[in-house]
Amino acid sequence: MRKMKRTTVDAIISYGIVTIAFIIAQSMINNGAMTRALKGQMIPICVYIVMAVSLNLVVGISGELSLGHAGFMSIGAFTGAIVSTWLLGAMNVQNTTVRLITALVSGGILAGAAGALIGIPVLRLRGDYLAIVTLAFGEIIRSILNCLYFSLDNGQLYVSFNSPDIPGKLIVSGPAGTKAIKTISTFPAGFVLILIALFVVLNLINSRSGRAIMASRDNRIAAEAMGVNVTKYKMMAFVTSAFLAGMAGALYGLNFSTFTAAKFKFDTSILVLVFVVLGGIGNIWGSVIAATLLTVLPELLRAFSDYRMLVYAIVLILVMLATNNPTIRSLIVRMKNSVQQKDGIHQAQGGTER
Amino acid sequence: MTERQRKRSNTRMVPVPTNAIVPERDVNAIPVLETRHLGIEFGGLKAVEDFNLTIGRTEIAGLIGPNGAGKTTVFNLLTKVYEPTSGAVLIDGKDLHGMSIVQASKLGIARTFQNIRLFDKMTVEENVRIGLHNQIKYDMFSGILRLPRYWKQEKRQHEKAMELLDIFGMQDLADEVSGSLPYGVQRRLEIVRALATKPKLLLLDEPAAGMNPHETEELMENIAKIRDKFQIAILLIEHDMSLVMGVCEGICVLNFGRVIAKGTADEIQANPMVIEAYLGKKKEAAK
Repeated sequence: MRKMKRTTVDAIISYGIVTIAFIIAQSMINNGAMTRALKGQMIPICVYIVMAVSLNLVVGISGELSLGHAGFMSIGAFTGAIVSTWLLGAMNVQNTTVRLITALVSGGILAGAAGALIGIPVLRLRGDYLAIVTLAFGEIIRSILNCLYFSLDNGQLYVSFNSPDIPGKLIVSGPAGTKAIKTISTFPAGFVLILIALFVVLNLINSRSGRAIMASRDNRIAAEAMGVNVTKYKMMAFVTSAFLAGMAGALYGLNFSTFTAAKFKFDTSILVLVFVVLGGIGNIWGSVIAATLLTVLPELLRAFSDYRMLVYAIVLILVMLATNNPTIRSLIVRMKNSVQQKDGIHQAQGGTER
Repeated sequence: MTERQRKRSNTRMVPVPTNAIVPERDVNAIPVLETRHLGIEFGGLKAVEDFNLTIGRTEIAGLIGPNGAGKTTVFNLLTKVYEPTSGAVLIDGKDLHGMSIVQASKLGIARTFQNIRLFDKMTVEENVRIGLHNQIKYDMFSGILRLPRYWKQEKRQHEKAMELLDIFGMQDLADEVSGSLPYGVQRRLEIVRALATKPKLLLLDEPAAGMNPHETEELMENIAKIRDKFQIAILLIEHDMSLVMGVCEGICVLNFGRVIAKGTADEIQANPMVIEAYLGKKKEAAK
């Protein structure tokens, strides 16, 4: 019982911190205390946090290196753009919230389905092979999306592969990307999406399924000998992760009136992986912080103008070195322990529950 | 018919020699484990050959033999880590042919490992909860959405895990990370984790390795205690003869992948074949 209570309290505190951060950012926007450029970064920050948290589920919790996460993001982005435009054009749904929610959910579902499809062959592989095949799948998804044309004519949706000769107004036009999509993503929606992602991932980790996923990571043979269906649980982590990435992608897509498939290339997958590694593999909160800081950092470094990316890279290397430094690490562990000790004393006073 | 299937059906025609040494109380029940002409080849090398063993429902049996005799290979065959190239394994009268490790586990076979395989980054309690994976269930959505079923089953898992940890008095260690525990404690945790799967047959691969004589004696008592409490059969591989002779009702000796002797502790100790396998031939010394 004691442990259950602690994880619940931890979760409430965590959601509280995110909420407070959101309120501060939102009030800064309202007061005009935030620069235009930074304001424009708010939704991408939310998107990248969700991306990093979902990738951490695969890389950290399930222990499989996936290099094609941007592929799922792109599926979500295109699905979201098409669904939202279709809802407006064909169904005449004027309410942006309804459109946004439908777009996010359908983006998530389609990306999740793609995750399941890819997961079947990919999760039979281990280690480096799995990484390379996911990389390839990410590129395949991007290449396919690069050739797709979607159009809307009199409430009818048309699809074609490699040819723009379809009736009506083009929504997606191959390599030129989406066209004139109504931007309906909002910062509060991004905040809600972060909460959903955290809720799903943290609750999954602290459940029977999550433990089975971690057991499969720690020792595959022992997990199987205990009756854990390893492939099933790896799949569960992979699909959940793809679903969340799809939702993040939809939010990202609907933040721009036009975007191309080239936005979701290998670089994006690596960028998200950098967030995960920098925040600590398996550490969900680390992912949140790393994604926030590293998305804001290039904006804050505008003062360096031409040397911006150089400074960015140097900061990245320094942070990596610092977090791997034994002295700094032990300091962090000590800080953690002292907090936990206070927690322990508090509980001891609470009575003997055991 | 594939080569393997042909071999299997052929071997199953042959009657199994019935020098089974099942304790009297188990004689009339279906044996928990029965192997018939079990064998496996690795590229022409016969690692285990014509292995016949019957274990009664509540028997404690030992599998001994010199290093490299194929003892752990037998365990891997019984738990479906390897698919046998000939012969059959029957758990509770059901043929394991074509089953996966997970399916074998669900039929009631659980094991510990010679080189400890705990989930090192997880706590002691979580390790036991993995053992309870197929015993106390709820689906992924109840877990994510924290439905009432989640709370109910989590509570049951916790209580059951604590009850199991109590066998070795390990309740206080429940929140420790399992990888940081001393060797002997890790071995005990592996046994608890295996017991959590509610097995009918528990396989222990060198449970006393790395334990001092005092701990070994304690383990011996606990093995008997586990059998009495859970009414299960236990098959153990062990090099510590005091443990094997002290707790096993039937002993099977393996050498070069073949059974060379079966019997009670006294019979095994007096068997010249066993002495030869362990100490070498007497004749050459005499010459």
